[in-house]
Amino acid sequence: MTTPAHAKERETVRPPSSILRDISTFLYRRPWLIMTLLLAPPLLWLGVVYLGSLGALTLNSFYIYNSFSGQVTPGFTLNNYAKLFGGSNPTIVFRSAGMAATVTAICMALAFPVGYYMARYASPRLKRFLYLSVLLPLWSSYIVRIYAWKTILANEGVLNWFLNQVGLAGARDALLTAPVIGGNSLSVSIIGMLLVFVYVWLPYMILPIQASLERVPQSVLDASSDLGARPFTTFWKVTLPLAIPGVVAGSIFTFSLTLGDYIIPNTLGSTLFIGNIVERNLGANNNLPLAAAMTVVPMIVMITYLLLARKTGAFDAL
Amino acid sequence: MNVSRHFGDVKAVDRVHLDVPDGEFFTMLGPSGSGKTTCLRMVAGFDHPTAGKIELYGQDVTNLPPYERDVTTVFQDYALFPHMTVFDNVAYGLKIRKLPESQIQQQVGDMLELVRLPGMSKRKPSQLSGGQRQRVALARALVTHPRVLLLDEPLGALDLKLRQQMQIELKNIQQQVGITFIYVTHDQEEALTMSDHIAIFNLGKIEQVGTPAEVYEHPATEFVAGFVGVSNLVRSPLAESITGSPQTFSIRPEKIRLGEVGGSAPKNMHSATGIIREVVYLGINTRYIVDLDGGGELMVVEQNMETTSMDVVEARGRKVNLMWDKSHARFIGGQA
Repeated sequence: MTTPAHAKERETVRPPSSILRDISTFLYRRPWLIMTLLLAPPLLWLGVVYLGSLGALTLNSFYIYNSFSGQVTPGFTLNNYAKLFGGSNPTIVFRSAGMAATVTAICMALAFPVGYYMARYASPRLKRFLYLSVLLPLWSSYIVRIYAWKTILANEGVLNWFLNQVGLAGARDALLTAPVIGGNSLSVSIIGMLLVFVYVWLPYMILPIQASLERVPQSVLDASSDLGARPFTTFWKVTLPLAIPGVVAGSIFTFSLTLGDYIIPNTLGSTLFIGNIVERNLGANNNLPLAAAMTVVPMIVMITYLLLARKTGAFDAL
Repeated sequence: MNVSRHFGDVKAVDRVHLDVPDGEFFTMLGPSGSGKTTCLRMVAGFDHPTAGKIELYGQDVTNLPPYERDVTTVFQDYALFPHMTVFDNVAYGLKIRKLPESQIQQQVGDMLELVRLPGMSKRKPSQLSGGQRQRVALARALVTHPRVLLLDEPLGALDLKLRQQMQIELKNIQQQVGITFIYVTHDQEEALTMSDHIAIFNLGKIEQVGTPAEVYEHPATEFVAGFVGVSNLVRSPLAESITGSPQTFSIRPEKIRLGEVGGSAPKNMHSATGIIREVVYLGINTRYIVDLDGGGELMVVEQNMETTSMDVVEARGRKVNLMWDKSHARFIGGQA
């Protein structure tokens, strides 16, 4: 009569079976199934919604637009692309790319020291504080911040007041009379636009640079110094190359976000950028094919940029 | 070198005075947190003493940055440049010294030959095994012909076989290049195998400096006796009942002989009786833990010259007489 006692003992050791437990056992035995279940939604999203819409966009850029009736008919024409080379469009494309490149360069120059400081010198407390400071602006609406800048930059704004107080009004006026980048006021000039672009996209440059520098072990920098490299050489030959993946990641954000933006140019002046052309053709003109063709331009620019970055070995340290 | 390094109130290195003879394989041995790595970092220039002075060949280098010291380091994590090939890693120091390309080619090639890594020069560190990375780190540090090479537990991440092989190789390389090696480790066996002299660190201070044989055979303090090799420490009153002196002494397990009870001990021997409590068969030898009749226990290690595992297991519970040559008992703190 010892067997029932044994069986009873076992019963208490083993947890009671339930449907949830059966499911978890079933999934535990089939790791591929849980992978498929977890990955299906994001893959569907990326594959269908994201790539699908890019495909539809590209397809649309070949459709035929009747400028007389304003009707779009499916078909194949290169007219939309031909129009990119006509009128002021080439200027707008170059202006947009130039603005995006300038914003990116300034963001790099400003973000690197901040990211470097955060990764290498800041105490954990200070680092948390800096993280928060970098991220905090992103919590408020981007439109509100742009309008805030418009007020700051206006003739009656606080920046001009400050420049007048410290006697830099002359320098500002000289800058504003400069061709192309100047204007009636900072709030309607390309200089103002540049300032605001740098302001809104800077966090997207700081964070990846900081992350990439964080991954560089102190001992690697010590080793460089140990082998006779002065701090500048160490920076140039070790720190910077190892931070390049972060710089490239950041520049993809700043460059593409600037290239496609139409709200900042709309708000700060009347200079046209790629985004504005897209917006106009979508709205008033209903010229979806031309808007689509215009959108393909930044895509090509970005792909070219990434290929060039790869060629220079920027991703070798990944 | 005569330095202190405090971190806040913590005296990581407390008035350490060390002279490292030229051309030696010198080891700083101690448990983690004993200050040996801090000392090494101060010699390299990554850390600076709170008080004291560091001299290299008569030149005061206390306030020189690392890049102006004729010292290189093999780091614990190797610290190879991940974005460079093996060749570029090794050539780094030479390129900084702006040597002509042909000489760099030549010297890097020779160095990769010395550490037995030929044909690997185009690989990236991520494509190498742990042992190979270690060799690259060594080549990179040696190629600039420093006057002193510092090694910070470089073998810690390797498996036992590879570590033992590298110990012999390191010693050979040191003799070939004739550069002073200062080696930091917490592994006493490693220290005994390779060093000309060993400094034993504990709690930021040096307990003893000596040759491997000296620190093993004549430990100056209780700490050294316990840390270098395995020792039995016998304190009074047990010590007094055995030796007649109240002084604490240490006795190495391999110096003790197991004998039959009843036989009287020769004049030149100490003896104590006890019961074997624990037997561990280790292949080459067997370790016995013997509970002494006078209280306490002693560890005894015997070579398995004739015994087999069968005999050994039967020994448990047997009454034995332990004997050792009086000259092997080391009195700690005072007379030897």
